[in-house]
Amino acid sequence: MTNKRPIISVTNLVKHYGEFKAVQGLSFEVYENEIFGLLGPNGAGKTTTLEIIETLRSKTSGEVLVDGLNVDTDANAIKQLIGVQLQAAGYYPNLNLVELLELFAGLYGVSVTPMEMLAKVNLQDKAKAKYKELSGGQKQRFSIATTLINSPKIVFLDEPTTGLDPQARRNLWDLISEIRNNGTTVVITTHYMDEAEQLCDRVAFVEAGKIIALDTPDQLIDNLIASGFERKKEVKAANLEDVFINLTGKEWRE
Amino acid sequence: MSQPYNHTKATLALAKASFRSITRSPSAVIFTLAFPLIFIVVFGFIGGGGMKLDVALAPGSDLQNPVITALEKTGVIRLTKNDTQQNIEKNLEKGAYDAVINIEKNPDGLPAYFTNVKYTSASLTNGNVLKSVLNDLAHQLNTVNQKPTVTEIRATTITGRLHRTIDFILPGQLGFSLLSTGVFGTAFIFFALRQNLVIKRFFATPVRRSSIVLGEAIARIGFALLGALFIIIIGHFAFNFTLINGFVTVFNMIVLATIGIIVFMGFGFVVSGLAKSESTIPPISNIITLPQFLLSGTFFSINAFPTWLQPISRALPLTYLNDAMRKVAFEGANLWDVKQQILIMVVWGIGIYAVAVKTFKWE
Repeated sequence: MTNKRPIISVTNLVKHYGEFKAVQGLSFEVYENEIFGLLGPNGAGKTTTLEIIETLRSKTSGEVLVDGLNVDTDANAIKQLIGVQLQAAGYYPNLNLVELLELFAGLYGVSVTPMEMLAKVNLQDKAKAKYKELSGGQKQRFSIATTLINSPKIVFLDEPTTGLDPQARRNLWDLISEIRNNGTTVVITTHYMDEAEQLCDRVAFVEAGKIIALDTPDQLIDNLIASGFERKKEVKAANLEDVFINLTGKEWRE
Repeated sequence: MSQPYNHTKATLALAKASFRSITRSPSAVIFTLAFPLIFIVVFGFIGGGGMKLDVALAPGSDLQNPVITALEKTGVIRLTKNDTQQNIEKNLEKGAYDAVINIEKNPDGLPAYFTNVKYTSASLTNGNVLKSVLNDLAHQLNTVNQKPTVTEIRATTITGRLHRTIDFILPGQLGFSLLSTGVFGTAFIFFALRQNLVIKRFFATPVRRSSIVLGEAIARIGFALLGALFIIIIGHFAFNFTLINGFVTVFNMIVLATIGIIVFMGFGFVVSGLAKSESTIPPISNIITLPQFLLSGTFFSINAFPTWLQPISRALPLTYLNDAMRKVAFEGANLWDVKQQILIMVVWGIGIYAVAVKTFKWE
């Protein structure tokens, strides 16, 4: 990372749902053109934080700037320069993928060629399929295609790999890296630490609405080792997932 | 941003998507088109020929005589010529035959024929009609070449418009089609969009809420009106549905249909807001549609209802849509003539949208 211009800056973000304090004073920055991971257990406030940045949810207090625009006053301008993939979002019923992409192009006010968008996520041969007929991995790839329609500066991916088989997961990592390599900033949440380690340039650990650690995966691991931590079991040169991939092949199962 | 964001484009993209979705949704097509058309076909055939009397010709009856020829010419009598005696008796008892007729040649000369009629108590009304038909016929046949001695009745009938069953049924079915498309369709789609987070994903785009509602409304109104037009055209060409002023009448009916569908969609918005789960939508929708379906003069004139029921009928919006449709289509009324009906629908519309604004949920 030579260029470290912050594209998202979150300062003292607080969100209360009635009595429940979902987010309690989060502050962090996401740099341009990095893959930034928000990690943490369920209910830690990852999705809430993400949805506040995406302008989908109001905040209780704090300041959020996206590419210099304030979520309080410039929500519509922000929406035009971000792409959002929601956890478990559905799509308009009875439409095929091409028609859905046409709909989103209209919603974003841009002209795109649906087949080109599908080609980006390798779903050309599913052009006439309905969303609900897709496999889990294909659904996530399609969701990502809808986030790319408006050529966004930032895409937000909320648990994109949850529930996918190892091939589909790796395949999605490649896609996400590719999006970043094309100059887009990626903010991602995940429960899988191997994924974060492999994919993310920097990660923030969120626990009970607070950030408890933020750094590059490498640095965080080094810090832990420096504190005297040792794994109970000797680490082998490969793990069971490597065995799985080695046995079943790397190609997509869809 | 190279160009400013265009809300019209977003609205139209939504309308297009929604219209595609509706045309592929089996329930929308069934409620908007199939059900109304089935009712129209059924009632169209029932009501097609007016009154018919079923008369059996007794076995052994004379066949070549002026009485039978005259009977067949009346157009009112359906004469069955080769049924067995046993079958005739059975059907007379059930009232499936209104009478059995036996014509004998008089071997003694004049009158040339005896016409023996056996009526059945199972079908007294039709029997009475047959009696007067036969008397009239006998009189005509007997007075051939004779000058009347006392009086000659010179009856003329002015040619009025034939009011067929279809003229009553079709506007009612049109109303039913608009009601179910408006209520069920709107309730289901907004509930589904909310439940499956489709709307949430829309909110992550720069689209306005008003564009979402408007796009959806354009598609649904468009579909309902195409359905209405289709029903009117089928009714007119296949079942002689009366369109008194032709194209103008169709236009007026479409205007009424538009008012109707907009009001009914208001009910749909309310239902989508009230429903806690997908399975509660049909019962809530039925509470709204079924009473109107039965009490708003869809199948029977509300004048046929008991007096205590009529005020309820006269409170329902569909009653006024049906009423206005019939006046426009059959009596040739223009929209100003049915202003009272339109006004009541508009009042309903204002009321229901006031409730919809309170109950509608986006998330």
